[in-house]
Amino acid sequence: MANVFAMAESRGGALRRVAFEAVSAARAIADASGGGEVHALLAGAPGIAALAPELGKYGADLVVVVEHAVLANASPEVLAATAAARIRTGGYRAAVFSTSAQGRDLAPRVAAQLGVSMAADVTSFELAGDAMVVKHPSYAGKVIATLRLAGSPAVLTLRPGARAAVEAPRAARVESAQPAIDPASARVVVKEMIAGGGAKLDIGDAPVIVSGGRGLKSAENFKLVEDLAAAFGNAAVGATRAVTDDGWRPHSDQIGQTGRQVSPDLYVACGISGAIQHIAGMRNSRTIVAINKDKDAPIFKVADYGIVGDVLEILPVLTAAVKQARSQG
Amino acid sequence: MKIAVCIKRVPDMETRFRIAASGTAVDEAGLKYDMSDFDGYAVETALQLNEKEGKGETVVISLGPDVVQEQLRKALSMGAERAVQLKAERVPVDGLAIARALAAELRDGGYDLILFGRQAVDSANATVGPMTATLLDLPCATAVSTLDIAGGRATVRRDLEGAAEIVELPLPAVITVDEGMPRARYPSLKGIMAAKKKPLEVKPAQLGEEHLTLEKMELPPERAAGRIVGEGPGAVSELVRLLHTEAKVL
Repeated sequence: MANVFAMAESRGGALRRVAFEAVSAARAIADASGGGEVHALLAGAPGIAALAPELGKYGADLVVVVEHAVLANASPEVLAATAAARIRTGGYRAAVFSTSAQGRDLAPRVAAQLGVSMAADVTSFELAGDAMVVKHPSYAGKVIATLRLAGSPAVLTLRPGARAAVEAPRAARVESAQPAIDPASARVVVKEMIAGGGAKLDIGDAPVIVSGGRGLKSAENFKLVEDLAAAFGNAAVGATRAVTDDGWRPHSDQIGQTGRQVSPDLYVACGISGAIQHIAGMRNSRTIVAINKDKDAPIFKVADYGIVGDVLEILPVLTAAVKQARSQG
Repeated sequence: MKIAVCIKRVPDMETRFRIAASGTAVDEAGLKYDMSDFDGYAVETALQLNEKEGKGETVVISLGPDVVQEQLRKALSMGAERAVQLKAERVPVDGLAIARALAAELRDGGYDLILFGRQAVDSANATVGPMTATLLDLPCATAVSTLDIAGGRATVRRDLEGAAEIVELPLPAVITVDEGMPRARYPSLKGIMAAKKKPLEVKPAQLGEEHLTLEKMELPPERAAGRIVGEGPGAVSELVRLLHTEAKVL
């Protein structure tokens, strides 16, 4: 029986979906150890304590609330010191963070402060005596590594969506705590938050690629593809050879045998019939979605999910739905 | 400025990988190697910062067996002044072990700025940079897409999911660089010739104990047969649900 720590990530005064996933994962570890408690750290501007009951819904027994004006934005040094102090005194078996921009920044700082090793971006985990055995996608997702993390606490970052949050409701106790360092002494300071945005990603690096073919009918209609990529936030735009040969898109965007070969987590083929030359460049993608008006198009043979219909009608609806799903994340 | 850049030798990610007979490594036969993409951006960033000032020193550091000298020489041919190999039989998977060895080398180096790539493209952990910063008790910003330095302070942009933040931190600092930072330049012939005469020091890596170890490597399972979710815009909500709950990509 062991207690487990979870970092409940928030932004702008709201919990992110990854917070529930982290708490739910911590619940699973505590249960697997014979039924310990889950302690979640919730940090933010004054008023954030009101969110504590939401964490109880996913299995937190105790929510440690740290409120401070500086924590309206993610102050990495204050958060790391506060999480490390809590983990150090809590005797936890594991500490679960998220593979998010914030969690990826935070967990290594915490682990190094504690002097313990960590496992990053795990998709599954299992207690194995004194160790934790985890799976971690590596080599651009083309190889899955199984890693053994020895010792306690086992610090993990959990890949978003790898494990859906499961409800395990209880009335969580709330405990107020102070930042472990004086927030005024923090050297790293968030000066400004910008909603939206995101740098332009290269198709070789992007976890999501939205690609367009002749089915888009004109260069102007690529705006719909760009809109969907922007909605994902971590997406790049690709194209078929037919499209780059027609000059609708630059040749650097071409995906296929004679263009770039890509293997993103998600590939959305829009108005692409699926010529062999194109499929050779994207078939190693982890998940493939195809939207095409011809139900017999070869692209549907490699796609995990297909929608038959007019890409010009479907894209705006999909963009809106992705935006909505992401804002809940 | 005196800038250190920590780089890693990695295989070309466009390869169709196979698993070695040991089951704990990728088959190295036929692999092509380079420095990790983001590490290349970090080297380029350091060079541009010092070129703009017209002075300074860029030192590249890589941990691993002697083959990492290839990537160190490449960084020297791009324009770095000197290189350090922290010699180890292999690169551990435990980021803390690597960070300890790097921190031991960097601690008394008098660096104004220590740069890393956001993550190595092969192991994809993104832990070594912030861990090294913590061990050195230096301010740190990770995964930055812009970097401006003025008056002994760095201002960076960090892209978050669907948002971004502008962060300020004083030097000396550790910064890991993401997409958006300048691509690595191609070494000139002159640079390649000059690199042969630049110093490359070899020291043993002080790795210490490893608590994260590799048990197995495998290829992901084959794709299951696809399905048509539906027809027209009405099928979108079901598609989004599947992408979230089943494919777990949203």
